[in-house]
Amino acid sequence: MIIEYLSWFCLVSGGLLGIIGGIGMHRFPDFYSRLHAAGTTDTLCAALFLIGLGLQSGFTLASFKLFLIFAFIFFTSPTASHSLANAAMLGGLQPKVENDA
Amino acid sequence: MRTLFVAVLIFAFWILLSGHTGLLLLSLGIFSTLLTVFLGHRMRLIDRESYPIEKLPKLFRYYFFLGKEIIMANMDVIKRILKPGKSISPKVIDLTANQPSNLGKVIYANSITLTPGTVTMDVKADQLKVHALSKEAADDLASGRMAKVIHNSKADSS
Repeated sequence: MIIEYLSWFCLVSGGLLGIIGGIGMHRFPDFYSRLHAAGTTDTLCAALFLIGLGLQSGFTLASFKLFLIFAFIFFTSPTASHSLANAAMLGGLQPKVENDA
Repeated sequence: MRTLFVAVLIFAFWILLSGHTGLLLLSLGIFSTLLTVFLGHRMRLIDRESYPIEKLPKLFRYYFFLGKEIIMANMDVIKRILKPGKSISPKVIDLTANQPSNLGKVIYANSITLTPGTVTMDVKADQLKVHALSKEAADDLASGRMAKVIHNSKADSS
């Protein structure tokens, strides 16, 4: 019963995070800051989803597979973010920077 | 020795993914494991540089810290997304990664990218170019707090 609630809490808050990340992608002014908004969906949103689903399926092979998905996302998402940012920089896209010094 | 270890690992992986225990399927699994190891050996994929599994306990402690860090950074970015008006102050800063090994530098740069609000744009030797969403995030990185934890957990020693 508690597990059920916990799992739904994770799933719902994960979904909310996904929506917020989407809003951020539209609100932020330039490519680099949008990358940060996408980063929230990349990390916490995906993690919450997978934890929620894992709680649903219990201690089974399915949870192990969910864990593997988590591990792969954990390793690939920073690589993808970095290569996007690096490609943008090499392509000559200047980030909008705040001058406050 | 290492090859044997890889073979056992791959076979355990196969069992966990398939969940089959029939004799035919198990022997097919062993066959594909051997084929994979053979191909990996031929392609020289089995070396010292891949995932350092013997460091897992140390890395584990670091992952715990990193998880907490990711959650905090997420909260910060979410707040900035939802706050009406202008909420961000993007900044590009240069950092020096003084981890002794390449692995340590990769862990550092990857951790920066993994926490929302900061992305490593470029790595040259030990110079990291980091784009931060806010001044606070940039200052936090510049304080070297994360680098210190990496150093303390000894995840970067080779």
